[in-house]
Amino acid sequence: MSAKGWKDIPIGGMIDKAGSAKEYKTGAWRAFKPVIDKKKCINCLQCWIYCPDSSIIVKDQKMEGFDYDHCKGCGICASICPAKCIKMEQEQA
Amino acid sequence: MNKKIIPLTGDQAVAEAMRQIEPDVVAAYPITPQTEIVMTFSQFVADGRVKTEMIPVESEHSAMSACVGSAAAGARTMTATSANGLALMWEIVYIAASMRLPIVMPVVNRALSGPINIHCDHSDTMGARDSGWIQIYAESGREAYEHAILAVRIAEHSGINLPVMVCQDGFITSHSVEGVELFDDAAVKKFIGEYKPNMTTLLDVDNPVTYGPIDLQDFYFEHKRQQTEAMKNAIDIIPGIMNEFNKAFSRDLKIVEEYMMDDAEASIVVFSSTAGTAKFVVDSLRAKGVKAGLVRPCLFRPFPKEYIIKALSKVKIAAVLDRADSFSGCGGPVFSEIRSAMYEAKQKPELINYIFGLGGRDIFPNDIEAVYKDMSGILKTGKISNRVNYIGVRE
Repeated sequence: MSAKGWKDIPIGGMIDKAGSAKEYKTGAWRAFKPVIDKKKCINCLQCWIYCPDSSIIVKDQKMEGFDYDHCKGCGICASICPAKCIKMEQEQA
Repeated sequence: MNKKIIPLTGDQAVAEAMRQIEPDVVAAYPITPQTEIVMTFSQFVADGRVKTEMIPVESEHSAMSACVGSAAAGARTMTATSANGLALMWEIVYIAASMRLPIVMPVVNRALSGPINIHCDHSDTMGARDSGWIQIYAESGREAYEHAILAVRIAEHSGINLPVMVCQDGFITSHSVEGVELFDDAAVKKFIGEYKPNMTTLLDVDNPVTYGPIDLQDFYFEHKRQQTEAMKNAIDIIPGIMNEFNKAFSRDLKIVEEYMMDDAEASIVVFSSTAGTAKFVVDSLRAKGVKAGLVRPCLFRPFPKEYIIKALSKVKIAAVLDRADSFSGCGGPVFSEIRSAMYEAKQKPELINYIFGLGGRDIFPNDIEAVYKDMSGILKTGKISNRVNYIGVRE
């Protein structure tokens, strides 16, 4: 996220608009990122059900990939995937 | 303006200030020796003399929490406390400052337990010195009344936006009756003006905002940096507000009072009511030809560094009297900060420290005279036997 300096943000930790949680990109928290092998994926969407960060992108009832801006790399999707097609790879610093 | 001097205790005087300020909300819990402030003010509310929404809560933690909610909603908010009450507010005290809410809180200084004690020392507010609140200390009940009115303007200034503690000495001034000149109600209202919050408030439904969100590694530091800046602004802005106050009410409030300092060789530095006793001693020593002086800081946060350097550069030696011990083994909190400030001074006086008055132990003119005598001895011999000393404790 574009980090502003102390002169450019509202004082007191106040957030001056509603519905801004989406703009808070938690992707930077990741140590490991999920990577999918679409050849093996059976589109069961278990990952979508279990993902605690709504970071599984689904289009036309198919698993399309990850929202890396918000995925915190918890690895739940990789662990529950029945087709074992999601691998957790170390983030490059 | 009509001069109206009436006999009031320091607590009643502060309650009168609160009546004239007429905050939108007061949430408070009684604790000795502050009780009389809120008790008297509650009477004003019950008698319909103010329109304030009074919230009688079940603890100080709730009092400060209600104040935070009320101030965030955009209401002019006050509370009052002492010692263990302040201790129970602790976590919310920091939150009030970091959320930049201009709450004004009279604090009647009292020793923190234990063992349990209800009398005056400064351990309560000295403990809160790093909480981000502005702190003003009054010598008399009358001054506490004036500081309370002044504090509203300081807290609500757009360049500051910080909460303020208005401190006075428990029992010594809070329960002693003195002649207090009350200002005209209308003049006080005019001086503080109508409250216009500097931040978007919770009740502004057209501009929804969030107060108190989680603030992690990415922005917390920036918010703390803003708080420091506000304190730095405060030291520049407060003199202007004080001058305006002094003009409006023909008074002479100061950030750091210098008493007989022009040609002084030895000076005491002390906060609050003890300065009154010390002035009496300075007068009697001056009559004997001793060049004694006194420095009384009214502000402790923000720390008035330049004022302290200016005052103490005049003397060869100064004794800092601390009404609290920091248990560092190296002296009290005021001593540590004054010594640190003087490190940058070109003219450095010798500095010694006296811890006194803990738990309300009285300090008498002859105790203070002994301090000046110690300083004369050090000036003569150049020898300091103890950097940190104690007044009035039995060996």
